[in-house]
Order: sequence, then C-alpha cells, then structure tokens
Amino acid sequence: MKNNKKKLSDSNLLLTITVVIFFVMYIGAILFLKGGFLRPQAFLNMLNSNACLIILSCGMSLVMITGGIDISLGGQMALISMCCAVYLDEMGGNVFVSILIALAIGMAFGAFIGYLVAYLDIQPFIVSLAGMFFARGMTTIVRTAPFNVANEAFTALKRTRIIIPGLGSVNRKGIYVDAYIEIGVIVALLVVVLMFILLKWTKLGRSFYAVGGNKQSALMLGINVKRTKFLAHLLCGLLAGIGGYVLFLNHGNGSVSNGAGMEMDAIASSIIGGTLLTGGVGNIIGTFFGVLSLGTIQNIVSSAGFDEAWWIGITTAAMLCLFLVIQSIVLSRKKSS
Amino acid sequence: MSDTKKKTDAAGFFTKLVRNQIFIPLAALLLLVIVNLIAGPSFFKITYSANNAGDMIFSGYPISILNFGSELAILAIGMTLVTAASGGQDISVGSAIAIAGSVILRVLCGNAGSHPATMQAPIIVAFLIGCVVAMLFGAFNGILVAYFRIQPMVATLILYTAGRSIAAWINNNELPIISEPEFAYFGGFIPGIPIPVPIFIAAICMIVMALVLKFTTLGLYTQAVGINEKSARLNGLNPTFIKFLSFVILGLCVAVAGFIKVSRLSTINYSVIAKDIEMDAILAVALGGNALSGGKFSMVSSILGAYVIQFLTQTLYRFKVSSDALPAYKAVVVIILVVASAPTVREKISSLWKNRKAHAKEVG
Repeated sequence: MKNNKKKLSDSNLLLTITVVIFFVMYIGAILFLKGGFLRPQAFLNMLNSNACLIILSCGMSLVMITGGIDISLGGQMALISMCCAVYLDEMGGNVFVSILIALAIGMAFGAFIGYLVAYLDIQPFIVSLAGMFFARGMTTIVRTAPFNVANEAFTALKRTRIIIPGLGSVNRKGIYVDAYIEIGVIVALLVVVLMFILLKWTKLGRSFYAVGGNKQSALMLGINVKRTKFLAHLLCGLLAGIGGYVLFLNHGNGSVSNGAGMEMDAIASSIIGGTLLTGGVGNIIGTFFGVLSLGTIQNIVSSAGFDEAWWIGITTAAMLCLFLVIQSIVLSRKKSS
Repeated sequence: MSDTKKKTDAAGFFTKLVRNQIFIPLAALLLLVIVNLIAGPSFFKITYSANNAGDMIFSGYPISILNFGSELAILAIGMTLVTAASGGQDISVGSAIAIAGSVILRVLCGNAGSHPATMQAPIIVAFLIGCVVAMLFGAFNGILVAYFRIQPMVATLILYTAGRSIAAWINNNELPIISEPEFAYFGGFIPGIPIPVPIFIAAICMIVMALVLKFTTLGLYTQAVGINEKSARLNGLNPTFIKFLSFVILGLCVAVAGFIKVSRLSTINYSVIAKDIEMDAILAVALGGNALSGGKFSMVSSILGAYVIQFLTQTLYRFKVSSDALPAYKAVVVIILVVASAPTVREKISSLWKNRKAHAKEVG
C-alpha cells in the first residue's frame, strides 16, 4: 500500500532524520534546560565556535561522497595555525600572505593524498593516517610551545564582530548586548552555499556522486574516475586550508593541540548528516545540520552537569556510533528489499 | 654448462629470497644495522653490570630494543590477524591500552584511594579483569565491523577518540600510583634474572600464538575469509564470527601490552600512554610485507617488523630526534612502504624491468 506513495530516497531519509533530531534536541534543550538556550546569542555562539568544523565537514563530505575518507584534517589544522602564527608573529608578515600560506598547506596535503589515493590506488585511510601523523609531527618540529599572536593587523581582523540587529538581549545588569557573529561564520556559510551549488548543479558535483556510487558505471559513462577523485581530495585540501585559517582566527594562537580530534568531529558530522561511508550518498545541508546537532548535544551534555572534559569525547563517539548503526541498518534493509 | 646452471640457480635463489615475505623486514633491519654501524658501533655494545637496585642486569641498546619492542610485538600479533581477516586496521589500540591499564590500576587500588600502601587485589586478578574489559572493547569493535559491516578503521575511530576519555573516567581522572615493587617486576627486572621481563612475556605470547596457528585452523580460516569472504562462506566458514574473533584476540593482546605499560611506570598518564602506538602497529604489519587489504599473512614477518620499528625509533632517538617529532618521520616511512607495495607501482616497475631485460637481450 505504501509503495504507491513516493518513496523517500536514502539521502532524503537520512537528511530528514538528522534535521528532525536537531530540532527535537534544540527544543528539548530550551524546554528542560532553560539556561542559555533561549537566547539567540547561544545559537550564534555555537556557530562562532563551530565555523571551522562546518568548513571541514563540507570537505569531508565531499571526499566521503566519492567513497574516500580523510583523517588528516585535524593534524592539518594544527600545522596551518602553527605556521601562520610563526609567520605573523616572528617574521612580521602581513595577513594576506598568511591566508595564502594556509591555503597552500591545505592544498599541498590535498594534492598529495589525492594523488596517492586516486592514481596509485592506495587505501585512503592509510594515506591520510600517515598524513595526520606527519602533520602533527611537523607541527612540533616548527614549534613545540603554544603562543599567542600579537600581530596588530591580525588581532584587528580577529576582533571584528558582525552585529546582527534585532537579536540582541538584555543581560543581568540590564544592559542591552548586541548579538554578533565572527567573520569565520560568514566564510563558513558561504562555503556551505557554494558547495551545495557545486554538488547539486554542476557537472563536476554530479560526477562526484557517480564515482562514489559505482566506479564501474561511472567509468562507462565516460567520467574520468581518477581525476574526479583527485579533484575531490584537492577541494577538501582547499577547504582544510580555509578551515584552518578560520580556526586560527578563532583561537588566535599557534598550538600543537589545535584541532585535536577534529577529524573525528568532521567525520561524525558528515555521517550524522546522512553521508554514507560507502560513498555516493550525501548532502551538504545534512552535513551543516550534522555539525549543529553535534554542537547542540555537546552543549546539552555540558550544561546538564557533565562538564568534565572527557564527557565531550564520549558523547561524540556515542553519537557517531549510533548513526553508524542506523546507516548500517538502513543500508541492509535497502539491500534486502 | 654446469657453470651456467649454477648461475641460474644462484639467480633463482636470489629471486626466491626477494619474493619471500620476510625479505622486506630483513632488508630494513640490515639497512638500520648498517646505518648504525657507520654512525658508531658502540650502539651494539651490551654491558653486564649492576643497576640502581644492585642487581646484575644486561643493558645496552639491543636489549632495550627487545625490551621496549615487546608491547609492539604483542600488538603486531593481534593486528596481523585483524588485518588479514577484515582487510582493515584497528586504530584504537593506543586508547584501548589506556583503558586496560586504567582498569588494572583501578582494581589494584580498590577502595584505598589513589596511592594505596598495599595492593588491594592480587596482581593476577587485576590482570584478568583488565583482559576481560579489553576483550569486551575488542568485541565492541568486532560487532561494529563484523555484524554491522562498518569499515574497520571508521568503526575503531569511535574508540580511538573516546578511549582515553573513558580511561580517565574509570579512575576519576586521578593518577593512581602503585608503590609495591612486585608490580614493577612485569615491566622491569625480577631480582636475579638479568633479562627484562617484558621480553619473556612477549616470548610467551609468540609461543602461544605459534601453537594456536599450528594446532588449530584459525590461521587458515582467517586467510580464507580475508582472501574471499563469499567463497569462504560457501565453503562452510562463518566469516562474521572469524572477523569478530580476530578483534577479540587483538583485545587480549592489548590487555597484555597495557599491563606491561602500566607496570613499567607503576602509574598511568591517560593522554600520553601508548601514544601513536596504533601507527607503529600498522607499520609493523605493513613492514612485514602483509597486504593491508587482507588475505595472506605471515606472523613471523609481522613480529620481526615490530622489532624493526622499535629499532627505527631507537635509531631516530640516537640522532637526537625529539619524541614529539617521531610521527613525522614514521609517516614518511609508511608512505614509502605503501607506495612501494601499491599494485600499480609494482606493475610499472616490473614492466620497466622487463623492457630493460628485453633491450639487453637485443643488444646481446
């Protein structure tokens, strides 16, 4: 009987689950944990602190759609922020060049990993694992101790706040405080929109799906599979560069521990957002909501009294585990039907 | 005529040697030995002298390679099985060692706070409980991989991130310290025996594994599942269970390695213990010439690979590389290894080789 209705495709089903879970969690948090969740700034703060993760997750989704994975992203964050910090602080460089450095490092990683994965056919996990250790090791070679950047042009950029009118709130002392977002959020939203357009309406975007869904038939369709995979990794590297700079803007320091565990968060967000590990299925909007869900549940856990540091790691892992199992069940049901 | 025959025999022997799996770790070992000999042969000196406690012990770099390579060799045993059966690697071993170590210390401390004057439980009980917990976590990974069919590295990524948090949580983020000397025996020396105990523990693990491989069908079944899961199934094997089993065995190896690790220090540091060991374990399997995509395996090569990795670590330390920077160098080694063993690269090299031979023949 239900067959007559239009069936939800995998992608849409997983996306719907994610969006529903996000709204249920957020509304639940507002109702039960009143606290700060009702203020618009609470939501905006979540965006502020997760801007980098949104960008990284977009790159991760892209690679996962083509059937690969990249776990070197967290390591790259540390390396990028450390290199930019050293450049700005000790060589007195200008901000524009530091952005270029960030992009160059990200793209170099992307190109290298992409070449090994696409043209030499090596398992993406092994290559990016090596990439992760390489990036973390290189970071300590550049500088071991964390330090703050005092470059004036950079701190000016870091302090730039974009005020959103109408969403401000009155604090305890009765003073009206404007709601604000950081520059990183604008960049992140721009990336989400651009990636959405790329995946939805361009030839390249569709070939990503084709390659991830079925390599053989993609080849038959005349798609250059190797080049497509390479481009996915290269784009992911570019996004890692952008994300790394956004993280650097947010933290304002160079530190070995920057971006620790971020690859995990990015993979978790993508998977929560409905991207399949097997490739071929995924959606940038879902990924965006995946990041928000992850941020919300971490906020809920810490404001519900579990504020020791280890709870965040355990929560993220539990979320990832849950969604992996859901995916696995959805996939096996699809196969059997 | 006999001369030419001898020549081909020699050539045949050489190609056989090169084709043999154990050739890669042996060659790497030889390379490291040569590098160290050139840099100064004092590296290989073994001395027999009294240590701080007044016991006569052997010391020197070769002994410390064998000593500190023990955990890695034990892990390599389990990792080889997981790699062969599932075609993926477990990247959570470092975190799982933290959990196992934390559990062992928690049991030993009992209710007597984090610095008990005496151990609150026999060491063997603590060790067995650690084994059970580590095997449960191994089973968790195994269920995700075998029953839910999630890629091994993604499935174990869960424990990789959460593991150290769980380890800290078990001991309430305190740093338990066991001050009794008996506990430190397992990571150091028993008075009167001049060889470090971890070497014996590693040897016991190897012997047990050798006996298991010799007298049970585990090795054969694991390879069958790794080579072709479907045909293994058609032959009446249960691939799901064998994959699951390989992860549980790795859990046991993790517990033993964790036990040695905490015994060495008599305490634990959740974020540092066994850091980056997953990389070393994978590297050991790869260096042993085992295909990282599963199938056939050679346990001896993997174990030798593990000691070669430890040798590499010691050599890097010798050249004043800081321990934080080690991963960068090892990552380069991994990349070189996987690139060299990639099928496409091999094909290219062999075709180049053939061309040259054909060319030489023409000229001849």
